[in-house]
Amino acid sequence: MSVRRTRATAQRVLRQLRHDPRTVGLLLAVPCVLQVLVHALFENRPRVFQSLGVPLLGLFPFVAMFIVTSITMLRERTSGTLERLLTTPIARGDLLTGYALAFALVAAVQATLVSVLSFGLLGLESDHRLGVIALAIANAVLGMALGLFASAFARTEFQAVQFMPAFVLPQILLCGLLVPREEMAGWLRALSALLPLTYAYDALARLSTEVKVGPRFWVDVAVVAGVTVAALALGAKTLRRRTP
Amino acid sequence: MAAVSITGLRVVRGGREVLHAVDLEVEAGRVTGLLGPSGSGKTTLLRCVVGAQIVAGGSVDVLGLPAGASELRSRVGYQTQAPSVYADLTVRENLAYFGAILGVARGRLAETVEIVGLDGLERQVASTLSGGELARLSLAAALLNRPEVLVLDEPTVGLDPVLRRDLWEAFHRLAEGGTTLLVSSHVMDEAERCDRLVLLREGSVLASGTPGELRLETDAGSLDDAFLALVDRAVEL
Repeated sequence: MSVRRTRATAQRVLRQLRHDPRTVGLLLAVPCVLQVLVHALFENRPRVFQSLGVPLLGLFPFVAMFIVTSITMLRERTSGTLERLLTTPIARGDLLTGYALAFALVAAVQATLVSVLSFGLLGLESDHRLGVIALAIANAVLGMALGLFASAFARTEFQAVQFMPAFVLPQILLCGLLVPREEMAGWLRALSALLPLTYAYDALARLSTEVKVGPRFWVDVAVVAGVTVAALALGAKTLRRRTP
Repeated sequence: MAAVSITGLRVVRGGREVLHAVDLEVEAGRVTGLLGPSGSGKTTLLRCVVGAQIVAGGSVDVLGLPAGASELRSRVGYQTQAPSVYADLTVRENLAYFGAILGVARGRLAETVEIVGLDGLERQVASTLSGGELARLSLAAALLNRPEVLVLDEPTVGLDPVLRRDLWEAFHRLAEGGTTLLVSSHVMDEAERCDRLVLLREGSVLASGTPGELRLETDAGSLDDAFLALVDRAVEL
């Protein structure tokens, strides 16, 4: 691994985004608009917004980075730039870490913006605002890692986009956001225990309701971190220097 | 001395053998042309030399090391057939990135841009370049670190005759400086510009030698005729 190559890769990914201001605009504006929408939707039931607001804030970057990464990585594969890169001295770790750094930075900006809006203007409350932003960034890296892995199974951009509902929607349905896990049928609860987003959601929910977080929170964080590392390792395996 | 030596190389793609026991030596410090019709296995052979291809048998040695060895990654440059650069970055940003990966000094960027004749276009986004300009940007990225072995897959396709001549002159200057070039082409009139030729057809080496030797051997006036004579001879056998 090399610091120079990792930094150059992160810089390159950010430059690509800079040449695409519309995507950047969408990445930053869409979560804000959605948060305002949720706030307006539950105007007469402020407790619902309190319980949804923090988890949503932390889950937006997950969804966004999943899509952005799977498409960007697919482009690297189809344009031949990945094949070229893999004939150079770059280590796969440099490439993945560079990607992770760039998208973590975008996620940080995204989460900060939504936080300022939610906590400042929409009256959302939490005793752990910085913790929420930190978790949002961690979720972005998780989304990036899963997106990277998923991109290996897509041949076209159409397929890659379809992975969003396939990989992400079930996790959102089952993570506990819509129906508390305790109220789910046994098999659904068992299934949700296998999905990483369940732990990301649980950690966020604890940050929004608990004054002092307990050990369960740290178990959640450890699971999110562990799955991220595992997905990155699996993703690295899909970057083959030799192909058929 | 051979910079690349290939023995008994076999490659299977999609259940079909596309290279049949290829033996080949590429002389160091020369421009070697790999010629053959579309589908003859040129790209597959070049991918073997850079270590990007899974092979079914045989050996490929580059600079005395097995192809694809990590020590070779900074010593072998590769230009893929389709331009492999970032379409959403400018010329300079593309080269700055590949330069950083290869660890070259900043001054090299401007120098390389000049070799491929893209000076003045540094700030242009790659997606707005013409096909020929894009191909040259892709070539520039392979040239950046002045690798000892340059593997170029159809680098002059779609270029106007003046640019093609300029690029071939640049290739020979690089070879005079000690670089080994392996250049594929399906255009026979480019064969005359190579120091040595390898004719590939249906996954086998039909003939190799200098352009003069090949013409003499077949008693043909042009290399096109020489190629045809060699095909006929191979069919008769």
